[in-house]
Amino acid sequence: MMDNFERLKEALERDPPPPDPDARQAALATAMTRFQEKNAAGAQGIAAQARPISSDGTGPSSIWSKIMHALKPSRSAWTPVLAGSASLAVLMLAVISTGVIRPDLFEKREVVSPPTGKPALVEADEAAANPAVPPDARPQDNESARDASLPSSSTQDKLVAQPAPMAQPPKIAQGWSGGAAPMVQTPQSLPAPMPRAAQDFFRSSDQFAPRARVSQGFAPSAPDAEAPAQVYRDQGRDRFETFDPNPVKVAAEDPVSTFSIDVDTASYAFMRARLNQGVLPAADSVRVEELINYFPYDYAGPDSTDTPFKANVSIMPTPWNAKTKLMRIGIKGYVPPAAETPRANLVFLIDTSGSMNAPDKLPLLRNAFGLLLTSLHPDDTVAIVTYAGSAGTALEPTKVSDRAKILAALDNLAAGGSTAGAEGIRQAYALAEANKVDGINRVILATDGDFNVGISDTETLKDFVARKRDTGVSLSVLGFGAGNYNDALMQALAQNGNGNAAYIDSLTEARKVLVEDVHATLQTIAKDVKIQVEFNPAAVAEYRLIGYETRLLNREDFNNDKVDAGEIGAGHTVTALYEITPVGSEGRLVEDLRYQSAGRPAAGLGDEIAFVKIRYKQPDGDESTLITTPVTRADEVASIEAADTEARFSAAVAGFGQVLKGGRYTGNWSIDDAITLAEGARGADRFGYRNEFVNLARLAKTAAAMAPLRQ
Amino acid sequence: MPTGDNELAGWAAAGDADAFRVLLERHYDGIFRLAFRFTGNRADAEDITQDVCVGLVDRLGAFRGEAKFSTWLYRIVVNACCDRARRRATVQRATADFAAVEDLRRAADADRGEQMDWVWEMLSRFSEDIRETAILVLAEQLSHGEVAAILGVKESTVSWRMHELRKELKQMADDDR
Repeated sequence: MMDNFERLKEALERDPPPPDPDARQAALATAMTRFQEKNAAGAQGIAAQARPISSDGTGPSSIWSKIMHALKPSRSAWTPVLAGSASLAVLMLAVISTGVIRPDLFEKREVVSPPTGKPALVEADEAAANPAVPPDARPQDNESARDASLPSSSTQDKLVAQPAPMAQPPKIAQGWSGGAAPMVQTPQSLPAPMPRAAQDFFRSSDQFAPRARVSQGFAPSAPDAEAPAQVYRDQGRDRFETFDPNPVKVAAEDPVSTFSIDVDTASYAFMRARLNQGVLPAADSVRVEELINYFPYDYAGPDSTDTPFKANVSIMPTPWNAKTKLMRIGIKGYVPPAAETPRANLVFLIDTSGSMNAPDKLPLLRNAFGLLLTSLHPDDTVAIVTYAGSAGTALEPTKVSDRAKILAALDNLAAGGSTAGAEGIRQAYALAEANKVDGINRVILATDGDFNVGISDTETLKDFVARKRDTGVSLSVLGFGAGNYNDALMQALAQNGNGNAAYIDSLTEARKVLVEDVHATLQTIAKDVKIQVEFNPAAVAEYRLIGYETRLLNREDFNNDKVDAGEIGAGHTVTALYEITPVGSEGRLVEDLRYQSAGRPAAGLGDEIAFVKIRYKQPDGDESTLITTPVTRADEVASIEAADTEARFSAAVAGFGQVLKGGRYTGNWSIDDAITLAEGARGADRFGYRNEFVNLARLAKTAAAMAPLRQ
Repeated sequence: MPTGDNELAGWAAAGDADAFRVLLERHYDGIFRLAFRFTGNRADAEDITQDVCVGLVDRLGAFRGEAKFSTWLYRIVVNACCDRARRRATVQRATADFAAVEDLRRAADADRGEQMDWVWEMLSRFSEDIRETAILVLAEQLSHGEVAAILGVKESTVSWRMHELRKELKQMADDDR
């Protein structure tokens, strides 16, 4: 019988499957791109400045890039940077000493290494000036010699003169000529001049040094030189604000419900990203109002900016509970004509910390901002502030017409280091204030929210952005990535900074937020929009607000203009749903009290079910305006089928969201019911968002409760 | 006669894109093979191989031709594989985002059969030192001397590890009986 060792040996000796040609091609292409990038960076000397991750711009990286800059012949296709020019110098000396002209050597590009001997310091330009140089080689010599002699600055001298000689020069020389394959055409009797630059290049003595200075200098984007740059991927560390679904309230005891509008869509996109991976989103990540408000609804809009929006109310039977009714409040924001679109002064605040180094973060972010440029006016300005270990301005305010410059700045972003988020926010606001225009002044923060340097406390950051909103600069937050996504912080920033939060999980979502809905995202038409609903206890026994748990306000906050609330953008639609239990219905959850009689309802208004009050401020105003709409029996429809498409669809989404959250109030209603209801209410659905919802709901039926641990 | 790896590496470090490409073309399959033997699945092996190839760009500057290029490269690949294994094992964090994709790719490799599963299961019982030594000796069929150079240990250590492996495997077989 074969023993374990033999069995193991035999199994291991078996050939593994051949590499996939596509993967091979992709890997080689990526490596070559990186190679070109690196060499290009050296040639243009941009490595130190344009990579916003390097914290200070001095240090080995910038020194090296300067040297590379000086040494690199820029127009030659084959670019011998250091060893290349060094080998030319060696070759020339070979020619001088043997007196044999070997022009073929120059063609063959062989590196000739000195086999033995101490390195003689020979100035490259001396060699070039030597008359023994063969005529056909001269142009090349001159070029390489000039290039090699260029970095005569003090930095270069210092660097070369550093007390870091080659540990064992002869051994290195042997190594190069005694490599795996025999050297071709190596002249045997060479003297051993090793130009200084070359020496320096191979200076370090530790073969496997984890961070050789040379490679460190070249590789600001590769944080660990020993291990290949691996993408760090967190799992299960997403942070969401925890909350319970709104409870059922008794209209007689607590007839008033107050909340701030919420136009964020982050929760829906996050849910989609999770479901597309076959995993249910965490219950706390599901905010039902954000699911509902992800979709555009075809509500009747207002006619002018004087009343920037209009409320649409309707009542239909609740799909998941035959004994209750669903009251919808739908708001549609005013859409200014394109000619009235104000100028925009945007500051992209981009997180370039190490945690952004994932395919669904920085690369997606670049593309997303590229998309945004297409939807801006040429006269709008864009600036880029990046933050990692420290914050810095990567692009001064630039007109959108100078697209190439902005795209180049975006392309130069590289991820690495820790996250000084607060400092980045401070600088971005400063830049936005300095270039303030009469129109849109907005900081767009793109991050995974993993702040870990400087202020990272949510409360402190909230206070900061809350102060800044008085300066007229607002904040939008675009969230990226999963696994370590700090949704709680993003929400806090967007809500307190007069902004909105979106989660970008794909380029399609980027297009929705930054192209289709760009005006809604950027242009605020009303701020501090609060909704207060008073229920008539004569008609409504109980009510429950669906969603908006994180947006609830106190009753007295409604009339207090100092209390902040949500903003509404141009063309935004906002929908709020209440599940109401009519008086006399068997669906009541709260029983009457034994010792107290119910309050005496006001007489004469028996036809009214509720009264909706909306307060808002003009974007630049400090005083709020009130809009009121009564909800009467005339707004009610008898069956679900009779309700309009928009109401049915929003009900389907609301029901689905509640089921995902655990379904405390949805009874036996299932995802299948949500699918059926949504399928019949897709409407025009120009961009396919509703269709996508139906497909997501199908995915949710089979999704796992928790992501399997990757191993 | 083909140019040696060491020369190519020298030119590539100096910025010669052609040399770098030849170097990659020459070694991609080898890196993949080794990575596959370490990880046991195609997706990871492809990831590691790509990481190593990209990483080479910045690393070539540190190669000074004291050793054979292949020895130096082996060392990098072994480190990359161990790093990944370590990350997975201790920190338990990995791709959340490409979970689905990766699972699909993994399924495609399921045909590698139970035999290989047995191997990974077996190897996983050993320490990292012994595991990497075993793969290099048994799968890559390198001499103990070469493996010692790659891992930066004495040749006798390699021999001792192989001895330990053999001994423990026998022990396991006895225990099962």
